[in-house]
Amino acid sequence: MIKDITIGQYYPGNTVIHKLDPRIKIIITFLFIIALFFIDKFLPYLFVLGFIIMVISMSKIPVKYILKGLKPLLPIIIITFLLNLFMTRGQVVFEIGPLDVTIEGLNKASFMAFRLIFLIVGTSLLTLTTSPISLTDGIEKLLNPFKKIGVPAHELAMMMTIALRFIPTLLEEAEKIMKAQMARGADFESGNVLNRAKSLVPLLVPLFISAFRRADELAMAMEARCYRGGENRTRMKQLILNTRDFIAMSIMLILFVIILLYRYL
Amino acid sequence: MKEIMVKMDNVTYEYTNNEEERIAAVKNINLEIYKGEFVVILGHNGSGKSTLAKLMNALLLPFKGKVYVNGIDTTDMNKIWDIRQTAGMVFQNPDNQIVATIVEEDVAFGPENQGIEPKEIRKRVDEALAAVEMLEYKEYAPHLLSGGQKQRIAIAGVLAMKPECIILDEPTAMLDPSGRKEVMNTIKRLNEKERKTIIHITHYMDEAVLADRIIIMEAGQIIMEGAPKEIFSQVEKLKKMGLDVPQVTELAYKLRKEGIDIPNDILTVEELVSVL
Amino acid sequence: MSIVIKNLTHIYNPKSPFETKALDNINLEIDKGEFIGLIGHTGSGKSTFIQHLNGLLKPTSGKIFINGLDITSKDVSLKEIRQKVGLVFQYAEYQLFEETVAKDIAFGPKNLGLSEEEIEKRVKESMEMVGLNYEVLKDRSPFELSGGQKRRVAIAGILAMKPEILILDEPTAGLDPKGRDEILGQIKRLHEKYKITIILVSHSMEDIAKLVDRLIVMYRGKIVMNGTPREIFSKSEELERLGLGIPQITYFMKALKKKWVNIRDDVITVDEAKEEILRAIRGNNYD
Repeated sequence: MIKDITIGQYYPGNTVIHKLDPRIKIIITFLFIIALFFIDKFLPYLFVLGFIIMVISMSKIPVKYILKGLKPLLPIIIITFLLNLFMTRGQVVFEIGPLDVTIEGLNKASFMAFRLIFLIVGTSLLTLTTSPISLTDGIEKLLNPFKKIGVPAHELAMMMTIALRFIPTLLEEAEKIMKAQMARGADFESGNVLNRAKSLVPLLVPLFISAFRRADELAMAMEARCYRGGENRTRMKQLILNTRDFIAMSIMLILFVIILLYRYL
Repeated sequence: MKEIMVKMDNVTYEYTNNEEERIAAVKNINLEIYKGEFVVILGHNGSGKSTLAKLMNALLLPFKGKVYVNGIDTTDMNKIWDIRQTAGMVFQNPDNQIVATIVEEDVAFGPENQGIEPKEIRKRVDEALAAVEMLEYKEYAPHLLSGGQKQRIAIAGVLAMKPECIILDEPTAMLDPSGRKEVMNTIKRLNEKERKTIIHITHYMDEAVLADRIIIMEAGQIIMEGAPKEIFSQVEKLKKMGLDVPQVTELAYKLRKEGIDIPNDILTVEELVSVL
Repeated sequence: MSIVIKNLTHIYNPKSPFETKALDNINLEIDKGEFIGLIGHTGSGKSTFIQHLNGLLKPTSGKIFINGLDITSKDVSLKEIRQKVGLVFQYAEYQLFEETVAKDIAFGPKNLGLSEEEIEKRVKESMEMVGLNYEVLKDRSPFELSGGQKRRVAIAGILAMKPEILILDEPTAGLDPKGRDEILGQIKRLHEKYKITIILVSHSMEDIAKLVDRLIVMYRGKIVMNGTPREIFSKSEELERLGLGIPQITYFMKALKKKWVNIRDDVITVDEAKEEILRAIRGNNYD
């Protein structure tokens, strides 16, 4: 189940979409989300669909892979659909028991379902085509102007980097400790919720102790390598805007304008 | 005239334990380490080796006495970054000193902190990775590498800061034999080819044999110091301290006790074969 | 017969692009009371193998019998296996979690559902077995102890389940020479005094040579060599090809033999080497 979640995962590649500046990709994704909420008719969805299809085909990510990412979120989409379907008043088409299905309901339900699907696919395209590290860089650079009002841009980015670095290490460690405790007869799988929660103590205590020890050692190692926060720090890889970034941004802006025109004209 | 890399002048470092007692981790240490030297520090866990190493890098500051790195007093807070750049440090656990999720980004971490120009960082990163023979892994995720490879990345991370001296705190303790060999070959090469001063802490006697000088610590003090041949000629004393000696050294010692006339400073297989 | 392994194969991620054969048709018998050394390059399948012996991993195919009981069969409870086979992981002190040493060691026996008195008795016994003073240490926090002591607490935690077979995965990793010698001394005593069958995984050929009766060498998921340390260390070229070495003393005797033709070179400890050289010198019989 956890393996199926593709949101937040990176699908390595070398396409134009992968190569776009992460800052541009983040801004585009934001604009895309905002645009989705401006849509109030079905027709503009066609443009959105076209845009999504274009991005997917350019990024060379298999459609199946993206659909697989939708699967774990299917319950949410279905619930949204059903809620809208039955809660909207209007001209009744048919009845299921005490529930009325109306034309307006059908309309609104499928409208909302589309919005949700586009939302998920759009955001997962960002993470699928952007490596965590460049995503972090992008966020840091975008937040930089807000430093003056106290947004700790560098610290946030550093925390994200370290978290990404240590997730595989800690997962591996959790598995080792679990096996060591199982060798001592621990049972992590049976019993009721309370027993199961209790059985996690022999896993979580060593894991926390180890995480703290790692944090301590890492802090020491970072200090030894002259780390002193974000000030005066340079970066090896510079983010430079390319022609392709401007083209991508323009396409997004055109889409945005079309959507606004449909809404207000 | 030998130039001094690190100088310790009557250094004591104390810490407070759980029972609120003050304990001296190292006391009254006087020590000089010369530029280009390869020094190995031996001693049991808790003998003060790690504390000594951290004092040389201003990660710890002496409670009494002075530590000078390349002539700079480590208590001079304005020079602290110069000191850490001059004396780089590699730690025991390779996992807990790699910061970034891509090898080359991690190697760049030190120079980035120093505020070096991006182009220069790129150059240094490639050079450092080449020096530890890991250039072809520059785009790998560190968690997919072996222990020995990770430790070489950690060494590259220090090298990219262009230090004169590298302090390694038990870098081989968690590695398998082939990882140990990789790391020791790297250290040896950096000492010989790039003239880096090496201060290497270890439990392995086969690594100590490679040194120019061995320092043995016990209970926070230096109790023996000398060239490997001088140190390992005192087999009985080392054994009493619970330290190892190479098997051939032990054999030579036992043969001497049986009245066989061979020198008392045998360190390698070849030496013992040649005298028998 | 204590352990019988028949055609044991283990495949990770079967039928996927990541499919890897970690164990490839392993056949092995281990007698009661044997002291076995298990060596192999990192990734040779050693740890996958030992995890099968106490049921943490199930074979893809093949069978494992412990004292006649088929532990790969579905109806065998893991509890039963763990009372027969104890597995001490590498850096075992990282599994400690209780407030006191005694409570931590009691974790295993408690999971077996033993009575309070029995648990206390076992905690006491197993602490003695690894040379920890029960009265002094039982109420101490395991996290205040030294590295070597912590590791012995972890080993005691396995011994308290009274296994007939004890498997130790690199029990001396990361310890200083003193801590290493202490642990190895305890393991030797467990074997001699308590007659526990022992499987020791180690990278140190010197330690292996000093301790074990029989040596098993793994390479790419297969057992490629199986014999006494003397037999195996005599094949130094083959071991080197497998990424392994021989004790320095054996290497030395081989080098000496080129000079002294009549000397034995199947020597694996320092004392043996001394005897052999003295014999040659005194008998004036080296070339």
